[in-house]
Amino acid sequence: MTNLVEIRGLTVEATTDSGRWIKILKGIDLDIAAGETVAFIGESGSGKTTAAMTLLGYARPGCRISGGTVTVDGHDMVTLSEKDRAALRGTTVAYVPQSAAAAFNPASTIMEQVIEVTRIHRLMPPDEARRRAVALFRALSLPNPDSIGDRYPHQVSGGQLQRLAAAMALIGDPKVVIFDEPTTALDVTTQVEVLRAFKAVTAQHRIACVYVSHDLAVVAQIADRIMVLRNGAVQETGSVHDILTRPAHPYTQELLNAFHPDTGGREALPAADSGAPLLEINTLSAGYGPPQSNGQPLVLAVKGVSLKVKRGTNLGIIGESGCGKSTLARAIAGILPACKGDIQFNGKELWHSARQRSHDQLRDLQIVFQHADTALNPAKSIEDILGRPLTFYHGLRGKARDARVDALLDMVRLPRALRHRRPAELSGGQKQRVNFARALAAEPKLILCDEITSALDTVVAAAVIDLLKELQRELGLSYVFISHDLSVIEAICDEIVVMYRGQTVETIIPANRQQPQHPYSQLLFSSVPKLDPTWLDTLNIDADRMRVA
Amino acid sequence: MKTHSSTGSLAAWSGYRINLVGLAAFSVVLFWALVALFAPYITPHSVGEMIDLDYFGPMRPGLWLGSDYLGRDMLSRIIYGARYTVGISLAAVSIACFTGVVLGMTSAVLRGPVDMVVSRILDAMNSIPSKLFGLMVVAAVGSSIPVLILTLSVIYVPGAYRFSRALAINIDTMDFIMVARIRGERLPYLIASEILPNIIGPVLADLGLRFVFIVLLLSGLSFLGLGVQPPYADWGALVRENIGGLPFAAPAVIVPSLAIATLTISVNLLIDNLPQKIRDRSAS
Repeated sequence: MTNLVEIRGLTVEATTDSGRWIKILKGIDLDIAAGETVAFIGESGSGKTTAAMTLLGYARPGCRISGGTVTVDGHDMVTLSEKDRAALRGTTVAYVPQSAAAAFNPASTIMEQVIEVTRIHRLMPPDEARRRAVALFRALSLPNPDSIGDRYPHQVSGGQLQRLAAAMALIGDPKVVIFDEPTTALDVTTQVEVLRAFKAVTAQHRIACVYVSHDLAVVAQIADRIMVLRNGAVQETGSVHDILTRPAHPYTQELLNAFHPDTGGREALPAADSGAPLLEINTLSAGYGPPQSNGQPLVLAVKGVSLKVKRGTNLGIIGESGCGKSTLARAIAGILPACKGDIQFNGKELWHSARQRSHDQLRDLQIVFQHADTALNPAKSIEDILGRPLTFYHGLRGKARDARVDALLDMVRLPRALRHRRPAELSGGQKQRVNFARALAAEPKLILCDEITSALDTVVAAAVIDLLKELQRELGLSYVFISHDLSVIEAICDEIVVMYRGQTVETIIPANRQQPQHPYSQLLFSSVPKLDPTWLDTLNIDADRMRVA
Repeated sequence: MKTHSSTGSLAAWSGYRINLVGLAAFSVVLFWALVALFAPYITPHSVGEMIDLDYFGPMRPGLWLGSDYLGRDMLSRIIYGARYTVGISLAAVSIACFTGVVLGMTSAVLRGPVDMVVSRILDAMNSIPSKLFGLMVVAAVGSSIPVLILTLSVIYVPGAYRFSRALAINIDTMDFIMVARIRGERLPYLIASEILPNIIGPVLADLGLRFVFIVLLLSGLSFLGLGVQPPYADWGALVRENIGGLPFAAPAVIVPSLAIATLTISVNLLIDNLPQKIRDRSAS
């Protein structure tokens, strides 16, 4: 018998701007049976998305499929004409993108976009398509399945939008669905719901899935087999159980080790209470919108938060999206001036607005943004991006500046040759490291890290965390670490603050092996995926009920 | 990729990818610039001298581009016209776009009252019809080349401002601008180093378009007798004064039109095909 998907000797090449072709996929072989889920796992830049895209017969601009065959349901996607490929896309093979928010058109309703596939391929009359869409919404356990289609994309949450993107892919009754990191942008409590919905629907329709991810724990829940990729070559293919228990290839072992970040070696709060705290915040409130009669902004995102960061220690702030953790970071950095409360930094009172702060105060307190894509100027080279704070804060020029840029690239483990590239030519992980190196260039005392590892794969994230620890020892830095990823926060922070709806609900000190008390903290802690493949099925939490509590 | 093979060695030598269309357009622009620069040395006849007994004479040896409605040598008039058309338009478009783009980026970065005041003033200027404004200025201070350049640039500042402000506002919302602000960067760095490189493509395209508008407005003003003063004439004025030759298919009306077309099209093609730096260092 033949398999639903057969990939033989697949190679993909990319061109550089001087017209040179480089192999980015080096001979991949894979079979997928009907109803089977295969996960492509690997670090950013390993070619996992490129490999998944070839199932659609698609190579990104500047790339080409240069050899091998990709047979999907009897059709060779490599040799088909573009018109024939288009006929198969959406009906035989469908795609769920990483960022559903960017994949939806904000100007038309969700229903119109979900049933668009049936209109293009003339699969069924619109009324029937709508009925089918509602059935899919119900199967994906979306709230209000009958009316959610009438809303616009900005009126639903990120997790819901991701499930709606899956509905869009499933409406044409495809045999193969490609999920491209569909839960990477979601927080853990939402991720659980989305994974459950995907698993139920694909099992019900016996759809073969390709699940692209860098998160081994998520993959363990959803996949039957795992293919480990690195530098465009397959390292290892095996069942989930084999890969998790008996990883043969060193890279796979590294991947598994990265999942257990080194939490040891941290003494419980060094020299507690000695000296003044580096950062102290008292009843800080901040929000958005025009000021009201009581002097507060229209929407208060942070409500009277107090916290302390001691010199040389790290504070973790954790919470779901919308809980105000990023707003808090922006208020501390002075981007969004707080409306109430006070910020003491390095023994001095800080102005609420960054404009009024002194040169040295700005230098000592750096912020690293979540999205390296928008935080790096696409028109400038890495050299210019890293060099500017050196010139601006330290007056370095010429050779001294070049040497320091090299040192910074070494520090964040990037090849020095990267300095001439532009951000668009780097992978996501590389961009985030440049983003971090720019903050280091200022030689600050405190770095606010706003979800800096959420876009990175586990190996790179673990490497970045190790790097942060090392730099902390060398430079005496402190971090305020904002994340929705508990394992990252536990690995590096001496103290964890759980935020919920703009307030801090609990402070946890990991060194004390303290168990969370607040119901929301409990939900958050139990939602972190475990490597155990049965974790999702046995997980017994009702997110909605917990959230109301 | 098509241009690769033909300019491969050139690209490898200079580190830039040079497009053939861009090269051709650059040659045309360079040609007209040289003609304008060396006009007094290459004109065969004086601009105002009537040398042909017939008017709207055909092309023939000695009168290579025929004669105009007064029997003057068309070749000399085109060569001298290049000085006015290229010089005045280039100066005016440079001033207009520089002022407009700098003000636009400044407003986008500063927002608040500065943006409000600058936007309203330029909106008010935009509401004055351009020819009327030109008439008024020339009536008040008389026609001279500096006055023409300044008038033309003032007319086109509001458009350049609106355009660049809209582009800059999109860039201004990006995180990297926030990073630069938090670093404590001042306005000149923000606009020159963070925003401008991201909007330079559309701004140059806009400059090319505005150059064409200015050439046309200049010829309009010249026709009304407010532009370049006789016996000198820019290309637009040459078309207008020889329009009567159209029924006779006189070169006197066709040639200046072709001159305007080659210049304006080349400027736009050049801007769309500027050389691109190759950043794949390992290739060579």
